[in-house]
Amino acid sequence: MNWEMSRVVRTITDILIVPMIIFGIYLVLHGHLTPGGGFQGGAVIASSTALLIVSYGTLGKHKKDLSSIEAVGLTLFILIAFFGIGYTMFYNYLAGTGGIFGGTVPAGPNPGYINTGGTVTLMNLMVGIEVSAALSLILWMMSRESGIMEAKDKGSEGMEVKG
Amino acid sequence: MTLIVQIIQFVLLLGLIITALAVVVFKDLISAAIALGACSLLLSLQFYLLRAPDVAIAEAAVGAALTTAILIIAIKSTERKEGYR
Repeated sequence: MNWEMSRVVRTITDILIVPMIIFGIYLVLHGHLTPGGGFQGGAVIASSTALLIVSYGTLGKHKKDLSSIEAVGLTLFILIAFFGIGYTMFYNYLAGTGGIFGGTVPAGPNPGYINTGGTVTLMNLMVGIEVSAALSLILWMMSRESGIMEAKDKGSEGMEVKG
Repeated sequence: MTLIVQIIQFVLLLGLIITALAVVVFKDLISAAIALGACSLLLSLQFYLLRAPDVAIAEAAVGAALTTAILIIAIKSTERKEGYR
């Protein structure tokens, strides 16, 4: 059963996917300056995946890739947290060092410099990767189990609950 | 300026009540899911007017987009009309 919507919907999806993903990346990268952050940006990126699934009815066979991306995001988050263990866990060891993500914030009102987050930017990035992959994986599993997506490799994974 | 904001908030609250009643009243489940998405969108606008833009972004992304998609996928695999068999 191939479930695909009309050409108009698919063309609009092709056009809208790019600004949605770019807006999600913007929300993730500006998490320490503006409203937003890892979870919100990841949810915006995952809603682009929802648009793709609803209009095309397929996402390809990328379940293993999504699962791996989620695991890599979580592992790097914990790893970045443990790198500051000499002081405390989650210590912002990059702030004020002058390198990448480590610029010093000048005193007084400023427009908000993106290069000043320290490890906060890296953690927002990792949370964004993890949340987008996890919500996309949820949508993928739901649509495959409900028969919207053609299920050719059904039964090859051990995550199904047959009752 | 604050009067305009108050009027917009009143209209948003009326819309929230109407869409929340529509979710309960509709017998067509896809219409109910779309009404829930509209309710979520109005709620995110209300969060924005109450100066919580962070919550507004999360509500708009999760409530209006992802929940509606998941509910529509679930309705596609079951039945469209409400009722007992």
